[in-house]
Amino acid sequence: MTAEDGRTKPAASASTDLHADPGVEHGEPTADRPVRLTETAQQRDRARTIYEKSQPGRRAFVAPELDVPRRDGLLPDRFRRTEPAKLPEIAEPEIVRHYNRLSKRNFDLDTGFYPLGSCTMKHNPKLHERVAALPGNARLHPLQHPRRAQGALRLMWELQSALGEVAGLPHVSLQPSAGSHGELAGVLLTRAYHEDRGERRTKVLTPDTAHGTNPATVTMAGFEVVKVGTNDRGGVDVEDLRAKAADDVACLMLTNPNTLGLFDTAIEEIAHIVHDAGATLYYDGANLNAVMGRTRPGDMGFDIVHFNLHKTFTQPHGGGGPGAGPIAVSDRIEPYIPRPQVVRREPGNGAGPSFDLDFDRPKSIGRLRGFQGNYGVFVRSYAYILSLGCDGLQEASETAVLNANYLMARLAETAGEHLPVAYDRTCMHEFVLTGGPMKKALGIRTLDLAKRLLDFGFHPPTVYFPLLVDEALLVEPTETETRETLDAFAEAVGEILSEAADDPETARSAPYTTPVRRLDEAGAAKRPVIRQPL
Amino acid sequence: MLAAVGAASIDELFADVPERLRLGRPLDLPAGKPEQEVYGYLRGLAAMNVSTEDEVSFLGAGMYDHYVPSLIDSIITRSEFLTPYTPYQPEISQGGLQVMFEYQTAISELTGLPVSNASVYEGPSALAAAGYLATLHHPARTRFLVSRGVHPHSRETLATTSVGWGTTIEEIGLSDGATDAGALDAALSDEVSAVFLQYPNFLGAVEDLEALVPAAKAAGALVIVQCDPLGLGILRPPGDFGVDVAVGEGQTLGNRLDFGGPSFGFFAAQQAYLRRMPGRIAGETTDVDGRRGFVLTLQTREQHIRREKATHNICTAQALNALAGVIYLSWLGREGLVELSELLLQRTAYAREALAGVEGVEPLHSQPVVREFAVTLDADVEQVIERCAAEGVNPGYPLGRDYPELSNGLLVALTEQRSRADIDRLARTLQAAVRDTVPA
Repeated sequence: MTAEDGRTKPAASASTDLHADPGVEHGEPTADRPVRLTETAQQRDRARTIYEKSQPGRRAFVAPELDVPRRDGLLPDRFRRTEPAKLPEIAEPEIVRHYNRLSKRNFDLDTGFYPLGSCTMKHNPKLHERVAALPGNARLHPLQHPRRAQGALRLMWELQSALGEVAGLPHVSLQPSAGSHGELAGVLLTRAYHEDRGERRTKVLTPDTAHGTNPATVTMAGFEVVKVGTNDRGGVDVEDLRAKAADDVACLMLTNPNTLGLFDTAIEEIAHIVHDAGATLYYDGANLNAVMGRTRPGDMGFDIVHFNLHKTFTQPHGGGGPGAGPIAVSDRIEPYIPRPQVVRREPGNGAGPSFDLDFDRPKSIGRLRGFQGNYGVFVRSYAYILSLGCDGLQEASETAVLNANYLMARLAETAGEHLPVAYDRTCMHEFVLTGGPMKKALGIRTLDLAKRLLDFGFHPPTVYFPLLVDEALLVEPTETETRETLDAFAEAVGEILSEAADDPETARSAPYTTPVRRLDEAGAAKRPVIRQPL
Repeated sequence: MLAAVGAASIDELFADVPERLRLGRPLDLPAGKPEQEVYGYLRGLAAMNVSTEDEVSFLGAGMYDHYVPSLIDSIITRSEFLTPYTPYQPEISQGGLQVMFEYQTAISELTGLPVSNASVYEGPSALAAAGYLATLHHPARTRFLVSRGVHPHSRETLATTSVGWGTTIEEIGLSDGATDAGALDAALSDEVSAVFLQYPNFLGAVEDLEALVPAAKAAGALVIVQCDPLGLGILRPPGDFGVDVAVGEGQTLGNRLDFGGPSFGFFAAQQAYLRRMPGRIAGETTDVDGRRGFVLTLQTREQHIRREKATHNICTAQALNALAGVIYLSWLGREGLVELSELLLQRTAYAREALAGVEGVEPLHSQPVVREFAVTLDADVEQVIERCAAEGVNPGYPLGRDYPELSNGLLVALTEQRSRADIDRLARTLQAAVRDTVPA
């Protein structure tokens, strides 16, 4: 399904139900409902859960033969479950059909444009699934002795080196499981660093534009959040920072480019203020896709960086994970990084280097999770780095920035009157529009625009973030989109605004062509039904 | 495109980067390579590893070499599941949201607890997340009691994560391989916010929750139990004992070993903790036309809404791995899960007895076990493992790495992929290796 299908007026709209889903039928439009949808039996079936398809006695699993003498009484009765867990009873063909049908009710990056700001929805190369699935990777036990896991440890060591080069910081721990986990590692490292120097610092600064994970992490690590303001160019309010950077401040968590998609030109001064106060400077790597090969967080003065391998380094997002959130740190933070750490050992006897897990790190903050991290993600991200190489990574960032600026310019043409950019500057890999004028002049909100975009076959940008911007729309096209796709998106937004000028109700009631329409989220939260009653 | 932007060059787009901060040289990385060369290089690295396809492995200790049925690969590599983001737009994410709802139901059934989230990172950090829930619930209580039978990675992760919570961690020792109930009783007080147990524990012993849980509850502490979801096919579920939170490593449910991840962690709790849960939760609702649908719900717990007051900082979790988990459970089905757990129980008993018959090998404890058991060797364990490895057998995990007091201990795990013939081979190989190795 292409964007083309949704571009006609709703009254004449063909189904853009995802992937040409045959289950939606369009009835005659009425005044209050430009498109009427009726359910077919097949569609009703798709909303049935696998438990509702269960029939006693059906099954897929064939158990291996019991090849040892059966013994009774191995487990005392008081430990024994009296009733089996009520799992579905269903045969393999029906399981496959169930999940394949469900899959068709998802919009995905391989199908269409997904300009979700701060999420870096770039193409996920297919090679990566193939190499991750090699038995030497997929069936390698995490507690295999390092001597018999040399390939995996070497891959991890090489990835550490490559990420360190991209960040401009010499030491990398791959362990954290996602960006938020990397943030937690970073703040715990900061705590360990200060405590080792005999200092007790209680506050962490975060800009008011920060990702929600930043303040949430600060609280979880036992610090108090202090917000720093934003100036009229979208950067850190340096005077506010100076006033708040006292000797009880442990750290400033910053994203650069920030969540407005803007590079903070005062970064050197910011780093000076933070370091003069004895605090560390933390880099939220969610926006690293803007700067690879152009500038490096370490060179900007950051002490700790986390990477989102599922953003910048193409691990597929999986509908909400898995990811990985490695961290890179400066020399002064290195003693505290999580253990175990992958190290290279030089035997010095003419034999080649070997790779090992180093547990002997007395100042380490310790483990943040089991085993060595999300290795399967490391394989995919390293495949990406090998494929692109030094030039390719830089070109990826340059194209991401070019695509964002191009789309920003095109949207200024098609929608600029009602949907202006929040900060009129060259952006980096993403930019923020404000829907304030649109709401006032056309009577539709950013949410309505987002929902109407679904009918045009686009995933909407991030909405209502950053919180600082009224009716915000955060757009990140990434480097893997073509000019034609960007043009089509800009035109769709323009078309939705003209449509709203005639009839705002069309957007307010959108979407029409999706497997379900607007859902009662308030009701879901008020009376939570979070499992199938069985 | 540059013309449309009004820029003369790419460099101009990066003009905001202060001159001194520009890298001004290529990254010090090799040049890019064509796909086939990248494949060849990474295939070479993978071939340097000894996987569970290359030896007969009895290594477990938290991750297990179960068979992953092929329908899982087929479904989870579909672009529609593999490539979307977290379902922020429910109208076009009904597939993923319904999967979460089905997954929550399955976890709820397995654990006997009414509330499950849609996954957390993995096992040990799930246990730490439960500790955080306990501190939110009991802000005035400052002590955690952790059984020494809890996975060492979980204990260490809890210690790392809780450093800023104002809580202390005290370990409760083991007696004949299981948590010492007397020691737990003696340590309980109204300052204890949570008691952490594992079921079966790290040494394979099925903990007597019936004896341990009531004492902890009587002291007002939350009981947090890390469990093996496959064991729950035949074990009484934690919810039956009044456990407050059940967490665990989901790898055994249809996820590959992957050298330790990605897999998923599960997190289930009593109703009272619903609004303190970490992570995403899918809920059922209806759309404006009255059609059934699913949304992310109770989001006011979460970081993107509640920021510094969130119940946890997690954003990206393990949705795809949880999908593999729910497909696996559907594939096993109601009876299949019981049959698989029962098979593990029987083969583990056979293996435990076979090894007990080997000279120089003794059982480490006498507790009931389901899928894993511990023995002590009358020889240096690391050397024995090396000798066995040379014969193509990986006999298990050396307990001395985490338990100095069990330096001659070996932890042996079974899966349905280890047959009686494999177990007999393990016994023979271990016998020779112990005989040929000097005592520790």
